[in-house]
Formats: sequence, structure tokens, C-alpha cells
Amino acid sequence: MNGFAALLDALLFTPARLGKLRLMSEYFAATPDPERGWALAALTGELAFAEVKPAQIRDLVLSRVDAELFGWSYDFVGDLAETVSLIWPARPGANQVPALSEIIAELAAATRASAAARLERWLDALDPTGRWALLKLVTGGLRVGVSARLAKTALAERAQMPLDEIEALWHGLAPPYAELFAWLEGRGPRPEIAGKPTFHPLMLAQALEEGDLDALNAAAYRAEWKWDGIRVQLVARGGEMRLYSRSGDDISAAFPDILAAMAGEVVLDGELLVLRDGEVMSFNDLQQRLNRKIPSAKMLQDYPAWVRLYDLLEEEGADLRPLPFDERRRRLERWYAAAPRRRMDVSPLIRFAHWDELRALRDGARARGIEGLMLKRGDAPYLPGRPKGPWFKWKRGALTVDTVLMYAQRGHGKRSSFYSDYTFGAWRGGALVPVGKAYSGFTDAELKRLDRWVRDNTVERYGPVREVAPGLVLEIAFDSVHRSTRHKSGLAMRFPRVHRIRWDKPAAEADTVEALERLVT
Amino acid sequence: MRGRYILPAMPLAATWLKPTSKGLYCEPGDFYIDPAWPAPRAVITHGHGDHARANNKHVLGTPETLAIMQDRFGDAAGGSLQALTYGEAVELGGVRVRLVPAGHVLGSAQVVLEHQGTRIVVSGDYKRRPDPTCPPFEPQPCDVFVTEATFGLPVFRHPPDAQEIGRLLHSLRLFPERCHVVGVYALGKCQRLLALLRRAGYAEPVFIHGALQSMCAVYERFGVALGPLLPASGALRGDLAGRLVLAPPSAISDLWSRRLPDPVIAMASGWMRVKQRAKQRGVELPLVSSDHADWDELTGTMAELGADEIWVTHGAEEALIREASLKGLKARGLSLAGFEDEAE
Ligand SMILES: [Zn+2]
Ligand SMILES: [Zn+2]
Repeated sequence: MNGFAALLDALLFTPARLGKLRLMSEYFAATPDPERGWALAALTGELAFAEVKPAQIRDLVLSRVDAELFGWSYDFVGDLAETVSLIWPARPGANQVPALSEIIAELAAATRASAAARLERWLDALDPTGRWALLKLVTGGLRVGVSARLAKTALAERAQMPLDEIEALWHGLAPPYAELFAWLEGRGPRPEIAGKPTFHPLMLAQALEEGDLDALNAAAYRAEWKWDGIRVQLVARGGEMRLYSRSGDDISAAFPDILAAMAGEVVLDGELLVLRDGEVMSFNDLQQRLNRKIPSAKMLQDYPAWVRLYDLLEEEGADLRPLPFDERRRRLERWYAAAPRRRMDVSPLIRFAHWDELRALRDGARARGIEGLMLKRGDAPYLPGRPKGPWFKWKRGALTVDTVLMYAQRGHGKRSSFYSDYTFGAWRGGALVPVGKAYSGFTDAELKRLDRWVRDNTVERYGPVREVAPGLVLEIAFDSVHRSTRHKSGLAMRFPRVHRIRWDKPAAEADTVEALERLVT
Repeated sequence: MRGRYILPAMPLAATWLKPTSKGLYCEPGDFYIDPAWPAPRAVITHGHGDHARANNKHVLGTPETLAIMQDRFGDAAGGSLQALTYGEAVELGGVRVRLVPAGHVLGSAQVVLEHQGTRIVVSGDYKRRPDPTCPPFEPQPCDVFVTEATFGLPVFRHPPDAQEIGRLLHSLRLFPERCHVVGVYALGKCQRLLALLRRAGYAEPVFIHGALQSMCAVYERFGVALGPLLPASGALRGDLAGRLVLAPPSAISDLWSRRLPDPVIAMASGWMRVKQRAKQRGVELPLVSSDHADWDELTGTMAELGADEIWVTHGAEEALIREASLKGLKARGLSLAGFEDEAE
């Protein structure tokens, strides 16, 4: 457990992706099976056991520590697991330090009440970092800034294997992944996953740059709408159904309505949307569903999910990915027409002869639910990853708004001495209301100048954050804006970034919240 | 309260050592200990800013502390400086004064006062774990023990130094292309970290921020070897990759650190025990290392000395007083003015 705890602690503090990857790689190299496999399961969120409640932990610590002293300490530290890990009175040599695999095995067999009883024994045996990691683990609060994908990337890089290879196997495997490690280290065969409903890594599109079109032959490409939902994969194999997100996360439990509509032996690629009376709802509506791990009956009714199909990757056990797009598309339409399908339809192709026709369509593509256009070569096979050339996404133009810089926060890693994270606001009445945050869209030279401006115009400091006088206009580009109850302005932007820094423009001439509201979709 | 260590005599300690708005005042001896404002006579426990201040008229301290004050304040170190080596005694208005090692930083001392049969020990700042840069704390049985309380909460238990040095060396191996910059205070932490690194076998030159240089020289003058040091300001960016740089905490989050190639930002302090504090400061490698007693050292020392009364100052007074009362010890807070967050 000590090695795993030290890893979590280091991951928590390491901001850069590269640093996190190196820490995980080193851990996987230095740690034996099955310990590392359970650590991998913990990092990828694949563990399931009855979580211990904070109140149980509080009771436990108060049986060992004076309540007054605990109260002051908790006030100072501010986090229950951390306070308990630090204040826990050590009993050196009390017990042997438990392995992560032992802890997980015992937790899996325990009820919520009996898990708490075991905790005391483990807390006595561990050091403060070990206790902190244990408490985060048993309360289900293991947040150290590592996604499942990043943990798998560490495995892939260490084995010099494409990440897609691991993603393709992942859902056919179970912790502690001994056969996966054996294969990655060249000690065993590729794990057998035939017949299991595994994820197939997605083919992704490149962004179309201005001028790219001139070099492309319009006749070789097919066009379809780029719908504003999330890319998903539906897998029906051997009677089992799965819904996967773009990165291979299993989101089946959150979409029982889609799962119930699946049948047969197929792997489909499509866009997950919320549809009401045949009309695509905003991304914000989909977000309501994505926020819930398990939706209520009312959620299912109010936000009905739908999949708009783009592609067919597998049918009756046959892998169709090597076939050209046109052939896969023909089979997709045939499959769809063969039986009544609920909660899904096929995304239509857009007929066109010249790029100019598409350009006009794209410029008008401000209708709800459309993010832009997709261009796909008719003769291209389905290739995992983001190959150059066969697929392009041609997003509709971004919206922009003039805002005023309100707060700046120091960045991380290479940017830790720069104020590089900006909160900007728009006017309402005579006051500024924060409407979003941006971290990108400027050059290094501009960052230096912004940093200098922040330091020269600071009116208040709060830890790493500086409040600045309202004097700098940032022109923000964003993809869309939605209603949100979580923000003071009542609005939330998608993909905001700094488009231009308007050193010249007076703050009073920036936009109003009202102006932004008119762009809500 | 009766004195137990010198004579079976009498007066209450508080009648001759008083917490005042300027600091602890010894009436019969007419001197202040670590006064917060310039005083006619001052006894200084050690060179940190919340204890040693400029412009006292007469200063009594260890030779090391006086040298540190001269380094920091120059001519303002004091009108006249009187050195008292560890263990030596002087008589001031019927009060016998000795300075005894506190184990905190170079020259740090506990002030041992004896008057009419009562012994009071003022700890200044102290720690109990070994430190290669200064002699260890010498426990002095006493009637009244005036203790610091910087880390007076039971969440502060510093790990072994070797463990934290090990984490720093491990990070240097794991990220050999990056520069490691460690935030350290100029007096004490900087030199102890260097000495501990040398003991752990780190023989490479260490790059030192300009603000740390003269204090390192003071330590070396008193015979504390720190190994090869180079000025960070003269180094080329490329030369700092894979290297260790020490800098004051204020410099690591500021413009100065931009010259460093892809730095791992570390910070050596007892406050790094609390993750949120470390995160807030943008620290990537928090090293929990302190020159102050942690909770176990504070409470263990209170119990060991067996003083009739414990006076608590400089830090989290209430928790230590609570702990004393749970153990059946008599304790009170002094609430002295004029100290800010300890240089820790
Ligand atoms: Zn001090
Ligand atoms: Zn102090």
C-alpha cells in the first residue's frame, strides 16, 4: 500500500501530463503483480465495493482523539480524510503494513459496517500518506487528476504499444490484469477477448484549415452534418450490450433507454443526442443526462436519449472496418432498414457538387444541434486514431464577444510563475459579472505582456489569484453558450478561448450579459 | 509556586518575568527576551526575524546569533553586542542568565533564568530531532517552561528527514532533464537541507539564489560544511537542467524562477504537511521538513521537563494548552504581540 500511496501523493501534486505518465510508468515497472493491477483498477475507476461514509470515519477518529483537538485540526486542514490521516495516533509496529490487494480483497467481501471496523487496523499500520490514500480509496474520493485514459497511456508508452491496442482489449479484461501486463512485457500472448463486448478505438477527423479545400477533390468526399452531441460506440455482441464514450469509458448504466433499444450482433458508431419530438435539443440538455451516473425515471422522460448513426464497424461477427466508407455506409442503411429500430436513425448524407455549396451550408449552420460539417473520403477504410486525409471536420465559425478581465490565476508547471488563467466578465447594470474562464489562445509573448499587465493592475490578492482593475478587454471566441444554474451570470460557454487581446479598447465598451444571452442556443 | 531546583524559595515566577506588549520582560534584570520593538537591553534566542530585531541598545546572544544579526542588520544589529557561549552564565540584577542549545538553527538558544530559587526556561524556537548544523536541544528541568507552539496542532508530525531527502533525490533521478528548485528560508532551512543532502551522498554543486549566499557563508565560518555551492544568478539556463537550485520561497513563484528550465517546484517547510497549502502555492514536490518541534516533540518535551507551569507562545496556543490540561499539566497562553508567521 505504501508504494501506491506514494504514487497517488505524487500524482496529486504533479500538474504536467508528462510528469504523471513518468510517475505511473515507474510505479508499474517497480511493482509486482497483483499489486500493480489493483492500482491500475483504482486509477481507472474499475473498483466496486461498499463505500465507507464520512460519518463512520469521524466516529472512528473520535474514539481515539480528543474531540476539541480534532475540531481545531479539521478547521485548519479542511479535508476530513487528510485530517484523520495526520492526526491518527500512531501505534508503531502494531500491524504489518497491508498490501493494496489485501485491502481490496477484504473490502470486496465486506459490508459498509464491517469495512469501517477493518479500517482501524489498517490505519494503525500505515504512515500518514498511506492513511490518506486508504481513506480516499474507501470513501470513493480518489481524485488525483488522472483519467482512465491517462493511466492506460502510461501502460502503452511503457510497452511502446499504441494506446488503441489497450483500449480495444480493455473491456474484455478484469482486475488485476495479470495477463495484460504479461502481454505488454512480452511474457505472454495477447489476451483473448473474442465474443466479449469490447470497445473499438474510434476514427477521428482532422480539423479543416482554411485553404485545405483547394487541394481536395470534391467528388472523392461525402459530406454529413456534424451533430452537437458526443461521439459514442454501440456494441452488441453475444447477447451483451454496451455504450462507450469516445475515449472508451463504459457509459451503459447512464443510458438504459439506448441499451434497451439495441439488438443483434453489431458495432455502431454514432452521435449521442437528446431528441424531443424529433428535434435535436441543445448540448446543455444532453449534459443533464451525462451528469447522472444512473438517471431517474423523470430524467429519462424529460431528456430522452437518441443515437444518430454514422457508421457500421462490425456485423454478425464480420469486421467491416477494412471496407471503404461507401460500402460500410450501404450496409449501415441496409441494416437499419431491415428491422424497426427505436431511439436511433441514420445521419443523412448531404448531396453536393462543389465545395462552394457546402461552404454556404456551413455558414448557415447555426440551427440547433449542428456543430458543422464532416467530410469523409468514400474509399477510406475505418482507421483508429486521427489519420491525415480521410476525414475532416469543418466546424461552423466561432462566436465572439468582448469581455473584461476580472481575475487572473497562476498556471501550473511551466506557467507556474505566470498569471495565465483568466476569468472574464460582461457588464450588467454598472457592474461586471463573470461569464467564463480561458487559459489559451495567446502566444508566449502575449502571455508575458498579460502577466505584466496583471501584476501592474492588481487590486486584491487571494492566494494564487489576483483581482485586477477593470481595464483590459479580451475578445473571447467560443463555440456556443447555454443557460446554466451553476454560474452567477446564468450562462455557460463551450470552449472559450482568447481570440484577441484588445489593448486598445476601453473596458466600458465591452459587451453586456444581455448581448451574450441573445446568443444562447 | 515553589522553586524546586535551586533553593526552597519563593516568589511567583510571574512576579519577575512578565509578558508585556514589547515581549517577555524580566523585571529584576531589566531586560527583554526577543523584544518586538527596540529595547534598552535584549536577550536574543536566535536570529530569525520574529525573534531578533534591529536597533536594540544592548544585545546579549550566542556568538553565532550575534554574527547572524550583524549579517542581516549590519550596524543596526545593536548598540553593543555581548556574546555568551553555550553554558556560560552572567548575572543581571540578581538574575542568573545562561544560554543552552535549542537545536533550532545555528546559534539558537534556550534562555535559562534563575532568580531567588526559581528556574524559568524560555525555549525560543526549538526542535528535538538531530540537525547536523547545530548542537542538539538540551532539556533543562525547570519550574516554568516557556514553549513555542508554531506547530501546536496534532496534525503536525514531521516525517523523518531522511525520508524527505530521499523523495527529493528520487525526483532528481526521475526527472533528470528538469531543474529542481527548492524554496527554503535563508537562515536554517537552507543550510540544514544542504547538510542533509551531503550526508545522503549528494556531492553535486548546488546552485544558490543570491539572497541565501551570505548566510551560507556565516555557517561555513562557524565550521558547518555545506559542500560545493555555485551562484544561481550566473548560471546559464542550459547548465541548470538536472540541477538543484535553492531559493527563498518568495522567488520560486515569481519572475526569478523563469530563468529555470522546466523547473520542478519544491518547498521545504513544516507547513507542506497540509496538501491544500502546498497546492495553493503551486508546489509540485512538497518536502515536509522543519526546524521547529512537531506536535509529538512539543508535547513530549512538556511532559519530560515536568515544569509546574507551562507558558505557551509563538503559535497555536490553544491546542497545546488543551493537551497540557488533558495530561494534568498547568498551562497558559501568553498571547505576545509582534510575531508574525515564523520563518519556517
Ligand atoms: Zn525561529
Ligand atoms: Zn519563531
